[in-house]
Amino acid sequence: MTCTEFLAKMTDFFDGHVEPTLLSEIKTHLGECHHCEVVVSTTRQTIEIYRDNQVYELPTDVRERTISSIMARCKKDC
Amino acid sequence: MTATAPQIEEQEIHPDVALVELARAGDQAAFEKLVRQYDRQIFRTAQHITQNREDAEDITQDVFLKAYRKLDQFQGNSKFSTWLTRIAVNESLMRLRKRKTSRTVSMDQDVQTEEGSIPRDFADWSPNPEQNFTQSELSEILKKTIAGLAPGFRTVFTLRDIENLSTEETAEALGLSVPAVKSRLLRARLQLRERLSRYLKKNEGLTS
Repeated sequence: MTCTEFLAKMTDFFDGHVEPTLLSEIKTHLGECHHCEVVVSTTRQTIEIYRDNQVYELPTDVRERTISSIMARCKKDC
Repeated sequence: MTATAPQIEEQEIHPDVALVELARAGDQAAFEKLVRQYDRQIFRTAQHITQNREDAEDITQDVFLKAYRKLDQFQGNSKFSTWLTRIAVNESLMRLRKRKTSRTVSMDQDVQTEEGSIPRDFADWSPNPEQNFTQSELSEILKKTIAGLAPGFRTVFTLRDIENLSTEETAEALGLSVPAVKSRLLRARLQLRERLSRYLKKNEGLTS
């Protein structure tokens, strides 16, 4: 397996959607290719960092105001 | 093991569908439950796409009002959250278009770029690179980095990796094919990784 072939399968690999034979080829490639192994680990970290650190959250007061406004507009719409 | 509760024949109905039915019949409390369940997700999606807080707050309100008016159109073939997300994506892209009157903004904008298709930075990161930064420094880095992606990539990454939609749900919400979502997701992830690497690679702190 080449690096390009691995990259083409990386999304399915992350999602756990690869057949056993292909999975074994991928694992062999990752065991031999330091660059791809780094790409896998740092891409996983990228996803985890964004998941763990929600950068956009509504503060509670703004949230409550927003929900009140939504419900008031819906009632008006009835 | 003994079952003491009476056996009620239940269909596999998603709780949201039951709430939608109640809301359709005029039950405002049921609709409020749906709002409270998904308002944060809709806000985050809108903010990631528009990169503007006021727009995201307005869009959150507009999405739920639009959904309320169109409840009859929700068929239940998809999840209610996916249906809402689709409305949010459309509203957000419309806002972007309004703001950039001289430029067309669509899910296809700038996705033809080759950037990120091939990794170039192979430096490893430390095990917990975020520990090198304060929460506010890290938050700024993450915001700045994702803001640099084209809307078509940013949106796919947000729905799939931040909001945890499946590939199929993301495709449905964006009106894209599953292969298109996979391709954009790969490139979005690789571009983000490459850009974050500037800050998070081993033995390096904030670059000036």
